Amino acid sequence: MELNAKIPPGPLKDKWTYYKDHAKLVNPANRKKLDVIVVGTGLAGSSIASSLAEMGYHVTSFCFQDSARRAHSVAAQGGVNAAKNYKNDGDSTYRMFYDTIKGGDFRSREANVYRLAECSAQLIDQAVAQGVPFGREYGGYLNNRSFGGVQVSRTFYARGQTGQQLLLGAYQSLMRQVAAKTVSLFTRHEMLDVVLVDGKARGVIVRNLDTGEIERHTAHAVILASGGFGKIYYLSTLAMGCNASAIWRAHKKGAFMACPSWTQVHPTSLPQSGSYQSKLTLMSESLRNDGRIWVPLKPNESRKPNDIPEEERDYYLERRYPAFGNLAPRDISSRAAKERIDAGFGVGPQQNAVYLDFSKAIKEQGKPKIKEKYGNLFDMYHKITATDAYAEPMMISPAAHFSMGGLWVDYELMTTIPGLFALGEANFADHGANRLGANSLLQACVDGYFVAPYTVSNYLSGEIKEPRLEIDRQEFVDAEVAVRAHLSKLLSINGSKTADQYHKTLGKLLYDYCGLSRSKAGLLKAIGEIRELRKDFYENLKVSGDEDEMNGELEKAGRVSDYLEVAELMCQDALTREESCGAHFREEYQTPEGEALRNDEQFCFVSAWQYQGEDKEEILIPEPLTFENVELAVRSYK
Amino acid sequence: MDHNNTTSTLMRKTLMALTGLFLCFFLVIHLLGNLQLLLPTDQARESFNSYSQLLSGNIFIKIISYVLYASIIIHSLDALIITLKNKKTSGKYVYDQRGASSKWYSRSMGILGTIILIFLVFHFKDFWYQYKFGSLPVDGAGHKDLYTIVVGVYGDLWYVLFYVVCMFALGFHLLHGFFSAARSLGVYHPKYVAWIRVFGAWYSYVITIGFAVIPVYIYLTQHVLWN
Amino acid sequence: MKIYLKIWRQNDAGTPGKMVDYTLDNVIPHMSFLEMMDTLNEQLILAGDRPVEFDHDCREGICGQCGMMINGRAHGPVAHLTTCQLHMREFKDGDTIYIEPFRGKGFPIKRDLRVDRSAFDRIIMAGGFIAVNTGQAPEANGIPISHEDAESAFDSAACIGCGACVATCKNSSAALFTSAKVAHLAKLPQGEIESRKRVLAMVQQMDEEQFGHCTNTEACEVECPQSISVLNIARMNWEYALSSVTK
Repeated sequence: MELNAKIPPGPLKDKWTYYKDHAKLVNPANRKKLDVIVVGTGLAGSSIASSLAEMGYHVTSFCFQDSARRAHSVAAQGGVNAAKNYKNDGDSTYRMFYDTIKGGDFRSREANVYRLAECSAQLIDQAVAQGVPFGREYGGYLNNRSFGGVQVSRTFYARGQTGQQLLLGAYQSLMRQVAAKTVSLFTRHEMLDVVLVDGKARGVIVRNLDTGEIERHTAHAVILASGGFGKIYYLSTLAMGCNASAIWRAHKKGAFMACPSWTQVHPTSLPQSGSYQSKLTLMSESLRNDGRIWVPLKPNESRKPNDIPEEERDYYLERRYPAFGNLAPRDISSRAAKERIDAGFGVGPQQNAVYLDFSKAIKEQGKPKIKEKYGNLFDMYHKITATDAYAEPMMISPAAHFSMGGLWVDYELMTTIPGLFALGEANFADHGANRLGANSLLQACVDGYFVAPYTVSNYLSGEIKEPRLEIDRQEFVDAEVAVRAHLSKLLSINGSKTADQYHKTLGKLLYDYCGLSRSKAGLLKAIGEIRELRKDFYENLKVSGDEDEMNGELEKAGRVSDYLEVAELMCQDALTREESCGAHFREEYQTPEGEALRNDEQFCFVSAWQYQGEDKEEILIPEPLTFENVELAVRSYK
Repeated sequence: MDHNNTTSTLMRKTLMALTGLFLCFFLVIHLLGNLQLLLPTDQARESFNSYSQLLSGNIFIKIISYVLYASIIIHSLDALIITLKNKKTSGKYVYDQRGASSKWYSRSMGILGTIILIFLVFHFKDFWYQYKFGSLPVDGAGHKDLYTIVVGVYGDLWYVLFYVVCMFALGFHLLHGFFSAARSLGVYHPKYVAWIRVFGAWYSYVITIGFAVIPVYIYLTQHVLWN
Repeated sequence: MKIYLKIWRQNDAGTPGKMVDYTLDNVIPHMSFLEMMDTLNEQLILAGDRPVEFDHDCREGICGQCGMMINGRAHGPVAHLTTCQLHMREFKDGDTIYIEPFRGKGFPIKRDLRVDRSAFDRIIMAGGFIAVNTGQAPEANGIPISHEDAESAFDSAACIGCGACVATCKNSSAALFTSAKVAHLAKLPQGEIESRKRVLAMVQQMDEEQFGHCTNTEACEVECPQSISVLNIARMNWEYALSSVTK
């Protein structure tokens, strides 16, 4: 099977315009007859649901949270990139495109990335119109800051809560449509399967998490905007409920997964303090603008940080990457931290952290200035650790953060199942092997506000004659039976271990073997152990309660059961990619200095995986990447 | 929009604020008048009685007094409606320490208000009713001698104590009520909000102490100082 | 640390609930409060009991999903914190901790510590938005907004919708929540256009949802994890008064 990304013809900068000019439209009278299901109410989900509803389609929207406003986009801190060039510092759509392609280590599609940069300016306009209170200069114009390894200032921000503010904008638009009855919103509903009719996505099976009721919903197209699955590592910066279930079950129904092993590990999170820990809190990357990262020169150092003299400290980022120093991109910073920690130089009670030191900045700029810039972050650090970071260095450590991988989609954001779309972090599209800071909010919004409204309409134009389906059709019945069978199975095991225990074991396994650095031996070992774990899971899992009631444990168990399968594919994906690129670092493929060694000859492709059935190895179908507008260069931050 | 906002929670609070502020204004006038009681006895008698006469005769004052009665009744009834609804909507906890996050008197406006209302009943009975319908002696200038009534009543220690306690209830009621009224009417600029806080506090102190001092002073003049 | 827990258990809105006692022996001071709850639940599951249902998601204080009355206070004894940000080091060995759901007529209990806060969504639905469609918004810098106005709007917009304001209010008033959105949008030129209509609709919805009157005790501001100012309530009152007068 050949994958067709459906890239429009013409020069790079005209492709999106060409697409929009030629996309098929649906007559307003016909839109009323067409239904769309949207799973997830984060930035991508809320924005596409409200956009389609405004156009006149009828939208049914689901989220597992108790309100659409709580989707995990809410937690993004830093900002959102846009090539507005307000600072007149030489930014342009092309430059943003190039930065993103290069940041992704040349493993993303040119046309998609260019479109992302092209639509970025419009997003800022849209958000401001919705009332997003971005930071402004005293003259009243929008302010920018620079972020994560680029040379221009293009990041718009609303203090440290940009994600929250953008999401509230999208959520409010969504609620406006709910009030107008163009969107039917179901909160506390989790998608458990996609229903295919004649090979097309025509509905979903969902579970009402408050009552345990299983429901069938039908539509002419299904959009998955269910976010990332970094929570598979158990300890991550993600919310407790983030999961892979929606995309994984779509995958099992035929949608290809692309590069699932590409997970961004964020360098500045708070370290794990004990086995009871449930999540790792992210500290904004902006701290690296003024903080210096170091570890002691001596392994197993027992002195307090302030007692270690300057000459006995190793500022390893400054040492290894003199040009970018503490501002090196996320993948590189995280890996360098892990290298030092593994070599026995880690600090803190668990020896799993590195220092982020502000003493120099405080000496040079004064405490008030540092307080003004990072006061809320220092407060947050104090809340969590009860430590005063003005007086002693923070302790930070890498944590799983963002899934670059996800459902494979073409230029129209459609998966390999006709009528099934994937938006935002749920898809694999724009970030390649590593995502640049402040591009995730952008991608989610651009997908939902500016891309999918055109591409979904284009698809729906061919579905006008399709009637609304009856939900007692055999396809729906079968899907529901399968979903119920799975739930009953989980409940019937009645073993002795909780879902969380399996999740923790799996997370540790993945972090060790399919995390910051990977090796053939490690991955093979991991695959074996994951299979063992999965077997054990179905023998010794313990879930209390019943199917037909509110049951948080059953939800968890369902998610973990999917994670146990996703994990194996992640390892498979990492194993077959015999090169190092972006977040994917294979120990066998590195330069003598320990830097990533890409192999453009053999691996300049997206790995798309096709499901083959229970316990069968998946088939890899590569989508070759061609670069006509940029030259493949070695990413150097030295 | 077919929105009936006359019965909304916000409108009820606006009504509380408007009537409350009018009562606050009245208190100032009332206190100024009462301060005459602190004058030397003869002067106080003459001044106070003629002032009382003036108040009861003037048509303008009469209108104001009707507004006053209305304000008291509306303020009380509105408070009752608000409290009943709040009782219905509020959550009850097995273990409740919510008091830690607010001032006790801000949560006790109903009780403080009830104390004031009970006080008003006595107050009206003892002075207003007496003045209007009782048979009062006449002073040298031919005015009804309310002064004597006042001095008589304030000669009773228990009454003075009751009066003072009620004035403190009033004080706490005002301490929350004054700024709360401004809040309900929508004063939102931080500068004026801060100003109103300070003004409201001083206003409450002055009113409380001003009213409380009078009976105490009169009692003392009768029983301790010049005996 | 050894911790004694008294937790509200209630099967559903229709059945009465009660406080149930639990004991945890190995609580570590560095644990977050919710991790302590996880530990309890694991214990319950392995013993074959039904775990305690409680709302939580991001566990970093921004999604607004978590929220419990802890020792009689919304989000526990520390001001301006969400439940997930509270740590066990705030308690002592041997302490008894009372845990109850957020209560109020507008927040019916679903089960145990989970409550239904969908009333907040309906208040936003009534008008807590700017009526702009997707697509062709005007240039973002077309209307300058002063730095102070933008910051002030942000202060109002920072609300996470957790409901601590309602839970801690003796009247279960949703004034702080509603007013934060009214004020956020009224402070921006884009939102000001609809502000008259918006405030009337949102207040009407707030009243229909069975929230009480705001009597300005200001407890909500003290417990608010985002320190949303009570002056937003003043702003809402002002907008409402203006709307009523000019309607």
